[in-house]
Amino acid sequence: MTSLQLLGFGPGGWGALLLLGALITLAVTATALAIGAVLGALVASMKLSRNLPLAAIGHAYTTVFRGVPELLIIYLIYFGGSSAVTAIGQALGYEGFLGLPSFLAGALAVGIISGAYQAEVYRGAYLAIAPGELEAALAVGMSRRLRLRRIVMPQVIRFAIPGLGNVWQLSLKDSALISVTGLAELMRTSQVAAGSTRQYFLFYIVGGSLYLILTSLSDRIFRRAERQADRSQSVAMIGRG
Amino acid sequence: MDIAFLSQTMATLIKAVPTTLLLFSLSVFFGGLLALLIVWMRVSGNPLLSGFARGYIFVFRGSPLLIQMFLVFYGLGQFGVIRYSFLWPFLREPMVCAVLSLALCTAGYSAEIFRAGLRAVPTREIEAARAIGMSGFLLVRRILAPVAFRHALPAYSTEIVLMMKSTALASLVTVWEVTGVAQRLISQTYRTMEVFLCAALIYLVLNFLILQALALLEYALSKHRRAPSAAAGPLPR
Repeated sequence: MTSLQLLGFGPGGWGALLLLGALITLAVTATALAIGAVLGALVASMKLSRNLPLAAIGHAYTTVFRGVPELLIIYLIYFGGSSAVTAIGQALGYEGFLGLPSFLAGALAVGIISGAYQAEVYRGAYLAIAPGELEAALAVGMSRRLRLRRIVMPQVIRFAIPGLGNVWQLSLKDSALISVTGLAELMRTSQVAAGSTRQYFLFYIVGGSLYLILTSLSDRIFRRAERQADRSQSVAMIGRG
Repeated sequence: MDIAFLSQTMATLIKAVPTTLLLFSLSVFFGGLLALLIVWMRVSGNPLLSGFARGYIFVFRGSPLLIQMFLVFYGLGQFGVIRYSFLWPFLREPMVCAVLSLALCTAGYSAEIFRAGLRAVPTREIEAARAIGMSGFLLVRRILAPVAFRHALPAYSTEIVLMMKSTALASLVTVWEVTGVAQRLISQTYRTMEVFLCAALIYLVLNFLILQALALLEYALSKHRRAPSAAAGPLPR
Protein backbone atom coordinates (compact mmCIF):
# COMPACT_ATOMS: atom_id res chain seq x y z
CA MET A 1 0.00 0.00 0.00
CA THR A 2 1.21 3.49 -0.75
CA SER A 3 1.41 6.16 1.91
CA LEU A 4 -1.53 7.95 0.34
CA GLN A 5 -3.70 4.85 0.65
CA LEU A 6 -2.57 4.34 4.24
CA LEU A 7 -3.67 7.87 5.12
CA GLY A 8 -6.81 7.79 2.96
CA PHE A 9 -10.40 7.05 3.84
CA GLY A 10 -10.71 3.82 1.85
CA PRO A 11 -10.41 0.26 3.26
CA GLY A 12 -7.14 -0.07 5.20
CA GLY A 13 -6.82 3.72 5.33
CA TRP A 14 -6.29 5.41 8.68
CA GLY A 15 -7.61 8.84 7.65
CA ALA A 16 -11.00 8.60 9.35
CA LEU A 17 -9.55 7.18 12.58
CA LEU A 18 -6.90 9.90 12.75
CA LEU A 19 -9.50 12.61 12.29
CA LEU A 20 -11.67 10.97 14.96
CA GLY A 21 -8.59 10.93 17.21
CA ALA A 22 -8.11 14.66 16.63
CA LEU A 23 -11.76 15.26 17.59
CA ILE A 24 -11.35 13.21 20.79
CA THR A 25 -8.20 15.22 21.59
CA LEU A 26 -10.22 18.43 21.21
CA ALA A 27 -13.10 17.04 23.32
CA VAL A 28 -10.87 15.82 26.15
CA THR A 29 -8.94 19.12 26.19
CA ALA A 30 -12.15 21.18 26.23
CA THR A 31 -13.51 19.08 29.11
CA ALA A 32 -10.21 19.48 30.94
CA LEU A 33 -10.28 23.25 30.42
CA ALA A 34 -13.82 23.39 31.89
CA ILE A 35 -12.80 21.29 34.93
CA GLY A 36 -9.70 23.47 35.27
CA ALA A 37 -11.79 26.66 35.11
CA VAL A 38 -13.86 25.58 38.12
CA LEU A 39 -10.82 24.39 40.10
CA GLY A 40 -8.77 27.41 39.02
CA ALA A 41 -11.40 29.95 40.08
CA LEU A 42 -11.74 28.16 43.44
CA VAL A 43 -7.98 27.99 44.04
CA ALA A 44 -7.46 31.61 42.91
CA SER A 45 -10.08 32.83 45.38
CA MET A 46 -8.40 30.75 48.11
CA LYS A 47 -5.01 32.26 47.31
CA LEU A 48 -6.48 35.77 47.35
CA SER A 49 -8.40 35.26 50.59
CA ARG A 50 -7.18 36.72 53.86
CA ASN A 51 -7.89 33.42 55.62
CA LEU A 52 -4.37 32.01 56.13
CA PRO A 53 -5.12 28.25 56.12
CA LEU A 54 -7.20 28.65 52.92
CA ALA A 55 -4.44 30.67 51.25
CA ALA A 56 -1.90 28.01 52.27
CA ILE A 57 -4.01 25.23 50.72
CA GLY A 58 -4.32 27.25 47.51
CA HIS A 59 -0.58 27.85 47.48
CA ALA A 60 0.16 24.16 48.04
CA TYR A 61 -2.20 23.19 45.20
CA THR A 62 -0.48 25.39 42.63
CA THR A 63 3.01 24.40 43.83
CA VAL A 64 2.36 20.65 43.70
CA PHE A 65 0.42 20.49 40.44
CA ARG A 66 2.79 22.80 38.60
CA GLY A 67 5.93 21.17 40.02
CA VAL A 68 5.24 17.45 39.48
CA PRO A 69 5.45 15.78 36.03
CA GLU A 70 2.11 15.60 34.22
CA LEU A 71 2.63 11.91 33.52
CA LEU A 72 2.83 11.16 37.25
CA ILE A 73 -0.47 13.00 37.86
CA ILE A 74 -2.14 11.02 35.08
CA TYR A 75 -0.92 7.76 36.72
CA LEU A 76 -2.24 9.00 40.08
CA ILE A 77 -5.74 9.76 38.74
CA TYR A 78 -5.98 6.73 36.44
CA PHE A 79 -4.66 4.03 38.81
CA GLY A 80 -5.85 5.75 42.00
CA GLY A 81 -9.28 6.44 40.53
CA SER A 82 -9.62 2.87 39.30
CA SER A 83 -8.77 1.36 42.70
CA ALA A 84 -11.25 3.77 44.35
CA VAL A 85 -13.97 2.69 41.90
CA THR A 86 -13.09 -0.98 42.51
CA ALA A 87 -13.35 -0.44 46.28
CA ILE A 88 -16.81 1.16 45.85
CA GLY A 89 -17.81 -1.73 43.58
CA GLN A 90 -16.73 -4.26 46.21
CA ALA A 91 -18.70 -2.40 48.88
CA LEU A 92 -21.76 -2.72 46.63
CA GLY A 93 -21.13 -6.44 46.22
CA TYR A 94 -19.42 -6.45 42.81
CA GLU A 95 -16.38 -8.71 42.60
CA GLY A 96 -13.36 -7.98 40.43
CA PHE A 97 -11.60 -4.97 38.94
CA LEU A 98 -13.46 -1.89 37.75
CA GLY A 99 -11.62 0.71 35.68
CA LEU A 100 -12.23 4.45 35.66
CA PRO A 101 -13.30 5.38 32.09
CA SER A 102 -10.13 6.63 30.41
CA PHE A 103 -11.81 9.73 28.95
CA LEU A 104 -12.97 10.79 32.42
CA ALA A 105 -9.63 9.96 34.07
CA GLY A 106 -7.70 11.82 31.38
CA ALA A 107 -9.92 14.91 31.41
CA LEU A 108 -9.77 14.97 35.23
CA ALA A 109 -5.96 14.66 35.33
CA VAL A 110 -5.31 17.30 32.66
CA GLY A 111 -8.06 19.43 34.25
CA ILE A 112 -6.36 19.31 37.66
CA ILE A 113 -3.06 20.42 36.09
CA SER A 114 -4.77 23.09 34.00
CA GLY A 115 -6.56 24.27 37.18
CA ALA A 116 -3.21 25.07 38.79
CA TYR A 117 -2.14 27.19 35.81
CA GLN A 118 -5.60 28.78 35.45
CA ALA A 119 -5.56 29.75 39.14
CA GLU A 120 -2.46 31.86 38.51
CA VAL A 121 -4.08 33.40 35.40
CA TYR A 122 -7.25 34.39 37.31
CA ARG A 123 -5.27 35.67 40.28
CA GLY A 124 -3.18 37.88 38.00
CA ALA A 125 -6.32 39.11 36.20
CA TYR A 126 -8.00 39.99 39.52
CA LEU A 127 -4.95 41.89 40.70
CA ALA A 128 -4.93 43.82 37.40
CA ILE A 129 -8.29 45.45 38.22
CA ALA A 130 -7.72 49.08 39.18
CA PRO A 131 -8.25 49.31 42.96
CA GLY A 132 -10.10 52.62 42.43
CA GLU A 133 -12.89 50.78 40.61
CA LEU A 134 -13.43 48.40 43.52
CA GLU A 135 -13.43 51.33 45.96
CA ALA A 136 -15.87 53.26 43.76
CA ALA A 137 -18.20 50.24 43.69
CA LEU A 138 -18.03 50.07 47.50
CA ALA A 139 -18.64 53.82 47.75
CA VAL A 140 -21.86 53.69 45.72
CA GLY A 141 -23.02 50.88 48.02
CA MET A 142 -22.84 47.86 45.71
CA SER A 143 -23.26 44.55 47.53
CA ARG A 144 -20.55 41.89 47.32
CA ARG A 145 -22.45 39.89 44.74
CA LEU A 146 -23.34 42.89 42.57
CA ARG A 147 -19.71 44.04 42.66
CA LEU A 148 -18.57 40.59 41.55
CA ARG A 149 -21.07 40.54 38.68
CA ARG A 150 -20.71 44.12 37.42
CA ILE A 151 -17.08 45.04 38.17
CA VAL A 152 -14.93 41.99 38.90
CA MET A 153 -16.12 39.26 36.51
CA PRO A 154 -16.22 41.25 33.24
CA GLN A 155 -12.69 42.55 33.78
CA VAL A 156 -11.22 39.27 35.07
CA ILE A 157 -12.51 37.52 31.94
CA ARG A 158 -11.04 40.19 29.68
CA PHE A 159 -7.63 40.24 31.39
CA ALA A 160 -7.51 36.44 31.55
CA ILE A 161 -8.01 35.69 27.84
CA PRO A 162 -4.31 35.82 26.77
CA GLY A 163 -3.30 33.65 29.75
CA LEU A 164 -6.12 31.20 29.06
CA GLY A 165 -4.88 30.88 25.49
CA ASN A 166 -1.51 29.74 26.83
CA VAL A 167 -3.16 27.29 29.24
CA TRP A 168 -5.24 25.84 26.39
CA GLN A 169 -2.11 25.23 24.30
CA LEU A 170 -0.41 23.62 27.29
CA SER A 171 -3.42 21.34 27.95
CA LEU A 172 -3.69 20.41 24.27
CA LYS A 173 -0.11 19.13 24.38
CA ASP A 174 -0.58 17.52 27.82
CA SER A 175 -3.58 15.63 26.44
CA ALA A 176 -1.16 13.56 24.32
CA LEU A 177 0.02 11.96 27.59
CA ILE A 178 -3.49 10.56 28.18
CA SER A 179 -2.57 8.02 25.48
CA VAL A 180 -0.91 5.97 28.27
CA THR A 181 -4.41 5.17 29.62
CA GLY A 182 -5.42 3.72 26.24
CA LEU A 183 -7.86 6.48 25.24
CA ALA A 184 -7.93 6.54 21.42
CA GLU A 185 -7.10 10.22 21.00
CA LEU A 186 -4.74 11.56 18.35
CA MET A 187 -1.48 10.39 19.96
CA ARG A 188 -2.77 6.89 20.73
CA THR A 189 -4.32 6.50 17.26
CA SER A 190 -1.04 7.54 15.59
CA GLN A 191 0.77 5.05 17.81
CA VAL A 192 -1.59 2.18 16.92
CA ALA A 193 -1.49 3.05 13.21
CA ALA A 194 2.32 3.27 13.29
CA GLY A 195 2.63 -0.06 15.10
CA SER A 196 0.24 -2.07 12.96
CA THR A 197 1.56 -0.79 9.61
CA ARG A 198 5.24 -0.52 10.68
CA GLN A 199 5.21 2.97 9.12
CA TYR A 200 6.37 4.73 12.29
CA PHE A 201 7.89 7.78 10.63
CA LEU A 202 4.90 8.45 8.39
CA PHE A 203 2.26 8.23 11.12
CA TYR A 204 4.17 10.23 13.72
CA ILE A 205 4.79 12.98 11.15
CA VAL A 206 1.10 13.01 10.23
CA GLY A 207 0.00 12.93 13.88
CA GLY A 208 2.41 15.74 14.69
CA SER A 209 1.11 17.78 11.75
CA LEU A 210 -2.47 17.35 12.96
CA TYR A 211 -1.36 18.65 16.38
CA LEU A 212 0.27 21.63 14.65
CA ILE A 213 -3.00 22.36 12.84
CA LEU A 214 -4.91 22.17 16.15
CA THR A 215 -2.49 24.46 18.00
CA SER A 216 -2.23 27.07 15.25
CA LEU A 217 -5.99 27.17 14.64
CA SER A 218 -6.76 27.58 18.33
CA ASP A 219 -4.07 30.26 18.59
CA ARG A 220 -5.90 32.19 15.89
CA ILE A 221 -9.25 31.78 17.69
CA PHE A 222 -7.84 33.03 20.99
CA ARG A 223 -6.30 36.06 19.26
CA ARG A 224 -9.65 36.93 17.75
CA ALA A 225 -11.33 36.57 21.16
CA GLU A 226 -8.68 38.86 22.63
CA ARG A 227 -9.40 41.52 20.02
CA GLN A 228 -13.13 41.09 20.57
CA ALA A 229 -12.77 41.56 24.32
CA ASP A 230 -10.54 44.61 23.90
CA ARG A 231 -13.03 46.32 21.57
CA SER A 232 -14.34 48.61 24.30
CA GLN A 233 -10.78 49.63 25.15
CA SER A 234 -9.81 50.80 21.65
CA VAL A 235 -13.10 52.69 21.23
CA ALA A 236 -12.53 54.40 24.56
CA MET A 237 -8.98 55.34 23.51
CA ILE A 238 -10.15 56.77 20.20
CA GLY A 239 -12.95 58.61 21.96
CA ARG A 240 -10.48 60.18 24.36
CA GLY A 241 -8.15 61.28 21.59
CA MET B 1 0.48 5.18 57.13
CA ASP B 2 2.84 2.33 56.46
CA ILE B 3 6.24 3.83 57.27
CA ALA B 4 8.17 0.71 56.22
CA PHE B 5 6.55 0.70 52.77
CA LEU B 6 7.07 4.45 52.35
CA SER B 7 10.76 4.33 53.22
CA GLN B 8 11.31 1.32 50.98
CA THR B 9 9.56 3.09 48.09
CA MET B 10 11.58 6.23 48.71
CA ALA B 11 14.81 4.23 48.66
CA THR B 12 13.87 2.58 45.34
CA LEU B 13 12.90 5.90 43.76
CA ILE B 14 16.03 7.72 44.96
CA LYS B 15 18.13 5.16 43.09
CA ALA B 16 16.55 6.50 39.88
CA VAL B 17 17.34 10.14 40.65
CA PRO B 18 20.81 10.08 38.96
CA THR B 19 19.15 8.98 35.68
CA THR B 20 16.66 11.85 35.92
CA LEU B 21 19.46 14.31 36.67
CA LEU B 22 21.56 13.01 33.78
CA LEU B 23 18.64 13.38 31.35
CA PHE B 24 17.95 16.84 32.72
CA SER B 25 21.47 18.23 32.63
CA LEU B 26 22.39 16.82 29.21
CA SER B 27 19.22 18.10 27.58
CA VAL B 28 19.44 21.55 29.20
CA PHE B 29 23.07 21.81 28.03
CA PHE B 30 22.53 20.68 24.42
CA GLY B 31 19.14 22.41 24.22
CA GLY B 32 20.74 25.68 25.33
CA LEU B 33 23.50 25.42 22.71
CA LEU B 34 20.99 24.65 19.96
CA ALA B 35 18.77 27.52 21.13
CA LEU B 36 21.70 29.94 20.71
CA LEU B 37 22.18 28.72 17.15
CA ILE B 38 18.46 29.08 16.38
CA VAL B 39 18.34 32.59 17.88
CA TRP B 40 21.39 33.58 15.83
CA MET B 41 19.60 32.34 12.69
CA ARG B 42 16.35 34.02 13.69
CA VAL B 43 17.91 37.47 14.11
CA SER B 44 20.56 37.10 11.36
CA GLY B 45 18.57 39.17 8.88
CA ASN B 46 19.07 36.48 6.23
CA PRO B 47 15.52 35.54 5.08
CA LEU B 48 16.47 31.90 4.47
CA LEU B 49 18.05 31.36 7.90
CA SER B 50 15.39 33.33 9.72
CA GLY B 51 12.64 31.45 7.88
CA PHE B 52 14.19 28.14 8.91
CA ALA B 53 14.39 29.30 12.55
CA ARG B 54 10.76 30.45 12.47
CA GLY B 55 9.67 27.07 11.09
CA TYR B 56 11.76 25.21 13.68
CA ILE B 57 10.22 27.18 16.56
CA PHE B 58 6.69 26.71 15.17
CA VAL B 59 7.06 22.93 14.79
CA PHE B 60 8.76 22.16 18.12
CA ARG B 61 6.54 24.46 20.21
CA GLY B 62 3.33 23.48 18.44
CA SER B 63 3.40 19.70 18.78
CA PRO B 64 3.55 17.50 21.88
CA LEU B 65 6.99 16.39 23.08
CA LEU B 66 5.79 12.78 23.28
CA ILE B 67 5.15 12.55 19.54
CA GLN B 68 8.57 14.12 18.84
CA MET B 69 10.20 11.58 21.12
CA PHE B 70 8.43 8.64 19.45
CA LEU B 71 9.37 10.04 16.04
CA VAL B 72 13.04 9.99 17.06
CA PHE B 73 12.90 6.64 18.88
CA TYR B 74 10.72 4.58 16.51
CA GLY B 75 10.71 6.67 13.33
CA LEU B 76 14.43 7.07 12.62
CA GLY B 77 15.24 3.37 12.83
CA GLN B 78 12.88 2.71 9.93
CA PHE B 79 15.38 4.09 7.43
CA GLY B 80 18.20 1.88 6.19
CA VAL B 81 20.36 4.98 5.68
CA ILE B 82 20.31 5.59 9.42
CA ARG B 83 20.31 1.94 10.50
CA TYR B 84 23.48 1.18 8.57
CA SER B 85 25.22 4.48 9.34
CA PHE B 86 27.85 5.11 12.01
CA LEU B 87 25.14 6.94 14.03
CA TRP B 88 23.08 3.81 14.66
CA PRO B 89 24.95 2.53 17.74
CA PHE B 90 24.06 5.87 19.39
CA LEU B 91 20.52 6.30 18.05
CA ARG B 92 19.65 2.77 19.16
CA GLU B 93 20.11 3.81 22.79
CA PRO B 94 16.86 5.00 24.46
CA MET B 95 18.87 7.45 26.58
CA VAL B 96 20.37 9.14 23.50
CA CYS B 97 16.95 9.37 21.82
CA ALA B 98 15.39 10.86 24.96
CA VAL B 99 18.13 13.48 25.35
CA LEU B 100 18.01 14.29 21.63
CA SER B 101 14.26 14.90 21.57
CA LEU B 102 14.26 16.79 24.90
CA ALA B 103 17.05 19.05 23.63
CA LEU B 104 15.40 19.62 20.23
CA CYS B 105 12.13 20.55 21.94
CA THR B 106 13.54 22.85 24.63
CA ALA B 107 15.65 24.61 21.98
CA GLY B 108 12.45 25.84 20.32
CA TYR B 109 11.08 27.28 23.57
CA SER B 110 14.42 28.67 24.78
CA ALA B 111 15.11 30.36 21.44
CA GLU B 112 11.98 32.46 21.83
CA ILE B 113 12.93 33.29 25.43
CA PHE B 114 16.46 34.34 24.42
CA ARG B 115 15.06 36.42 21.56
CA ALA B 116 12.78 38.28 23.97
CA GLY B 117 15.88 38.91 26.12
CA LEU B 118 17.77 40.28 23.10
CA ARG B 119 14.92 42.64 22.29
CA ALA B 120 15.14 44.03 25.81
CA VAL B 121 18.71 45.29 25.24
CA PRO B 122 18.34 49.08 24.88
CA THR B 123 19.24 50.30 21.38
CA ARG B 124 21.30 53.15 22.82
CA GLU B 125 23.63 50.69 24.55
CA ILE B 126 24.28 48.95 21.25
CA GLU B 127 24.78 52.31 19.53
CA ALA B 128 27.16 53.44 22.26
CA ALA B 129 29.19 50.23 21.89
CA ARG B 130 29.32 50.67 18.11
CA ALA B 131 30.33 54.32 18.54
CA ILE B 132 33.41 53.41 20.55
CA GLY B 133 34.29 50.85 17.91
CA MET B 134 33.09 47.52 19.33
CA SER B 135 31.87 45.11 16.72
CA GLY B 136 31.03 41.49 16.12
CA PHE B 137 32.00 39.08 18.83
CA LEU B 138 33.17 41.74 21.28
CA LEU B 139 29.76 43.47 21.09
CA VAL B 140 28.01 40.16 21.74
CA ARG B 141 30.33 39.22 24.60
CA ARG B 142 30.39 42.55 26.42
CA ILE B 143 26.95 44.07 25.74
CA LEU B 144 24.38 41.80 24.10
CA ALA B 145 24.90 38.47 25.87
CA PRO B 146 25.14 39.69 29.50
CA VAL B 147 22.19 42.10 29.26
CA ALA B 148 20.00 39.73 27.25
CA PHE B 149 20.77 36.77 29.52
CA ARG B 150 19.89 38.79 32.61
CA HIS B 151 16.56 39.79 31.06
CA ALA B 152 15.79 36.27 29.87
CA LEU B 153 16.65 34.58 33.18
CA PRO B 154 13.20 34.65 34.88
CA ALA B 155 11.45 33.11 31.85
CA TYR B 156 14.35 30.72 31.32
CA SER B 157 14.02 29.51 34.94
CA THR B 158 10.42 28.55 34.20
CA GLU B 159 11.53 26.70 31.08
CA ILE B 160 14.16 24.80 33.06
CA VAL B 161 11.56 23.63 35.58
CA LEU B 162 9.36 22.52 32.68
CA MET B 163 12.36 20.56 31.38
CA MET B 164 12.73 18.77 34.71
CA LYS B 165 9.08 17.73 34.44
CA SER B 166 9.51 16.70 30.80
CA THR B 167 12.25 14.19 31.66
CA ALA B 168 9.37 12.00 32.92
CA LEU B 169 8.43 11.23 29.30
CA ALA B 170 11.72 9.38 28.84
CA SER B 171 10.13 6.51 30.80
CA LEU B 172 7.84 5.91 27.78
CA VAL B 173 10.89 5.11 25.63
CA THR B 174 12.18 2.70 28.32
CA VAL B 175 14.61 4.95 30.21
CA TRP B 176 14.16 4.04 33.87
CA GLU B 177 14.05 7.43 35.53
CA VAL B 178 11.98 8.39 38.61
CA THR B 179 8.51 8.45 36.97
CA GLY B 180 9.11 5.17 35.13
CA VAL B 181 10.19 3.43 38.34
CA ALA B 182 7.19 4.95 40.14
CA GLN B 183 4.84 3.60 37.46
CA ARG B 184 6.40 0.13 37.81
CA LEU B 185 5.96 0.25 41.60
CA ILE B 186 2.32 1.33 41.22
CA SER B 187 1.47 -1.52 38.87
CA GLN B 188 3.25 -4.02 41.15
CA THR B 189 1.75 -2.90 44.46
CA TYR B 190 -1.43 -0.96 43.52
CA ARG B 191 -0.58 1.53 46.29
CA THR B 192 -0.95 4.54 44.03
CA MET B 193 -1.15 7.29 46.64
CA GLU B 194 1.94 6.32 48.63
CA VAL B 195 4.14 5.92 45.54
CA PHE B 196 2.81 9.17 44.07
CA LEU B 197 3.59 11.06 47.28
CA CYS B 198 7.20 9.83 47.34
CA ALA B 199 7.82 10.59 43.64
CA ALA B 200 6.11 14.00 43.90
CA LEU B 201 8.28 14.86 46.89
CA ILE B 202 11.44 14.03 44.90
CA TYR B 203 10.41 16.27 41.99
CA LEU B 204 9.33 19.11 44.28
CA VAL B 205 12.67 19.03 46.12
CA LEU B 206 14.62 18.93 42.82
CA ASN B 207 12.61 21.84 41.39
CA PHE B 208 12.98 23.80 44.62
CA LEU B 209 16.77 23.38 44.55
CA ILE B 210 16.95 24.38 40.87
CA LEU B 211 14.81 27.48 41.46
CA GLN B 212 16.94 28.45 44.49
CA ALA B 213 20.12 28.13 42.43
CA LEU B 214 18.65 30.23 39.61
CA ALA B 215 17.38 32.86 42.07
CA LEU B 216 20.91 33.06 43.47
CA LEU B 217 22.28 33.51 39.94
CA GLU B 218 19.68 36.22 39.28
CA TYR B 219 20.73 37.98 42.48
CA ALA B 220 24.40 37.77 41.53
CA LEU B 221 23.69 39.22 38.08
CA SER B 222 21.64 42.14 39.43
CA LYS B 223 24.47 43.98 41.18
CA HIS B 224 23.87 47.08 39.06
CA ARG B 225 20.32 47.36 40.41
CA ARG B 226 21.42 47.26 44.04
CA ALA B 227 24.55 49.40 43.65
CA PRO B 228 23.07 52.93 43.99
CA SER B 229 21.52 52.39 47.43
CA ALA B 230 24.64 50.58 48.67
CA ALA B 231 26.87 53.41 47.42
CA ALA B 232 24.66 55.99 49.12
CA GLY B 233 25.15 54.23 52.44
CA PRO B 234 22.34 53.09 54.73
CA LEU B 235 18.94 54.45 53.83
CA PRO B 236 17.64 57.28 56.05
CA ARG B 237 14.84 56.06 58.24
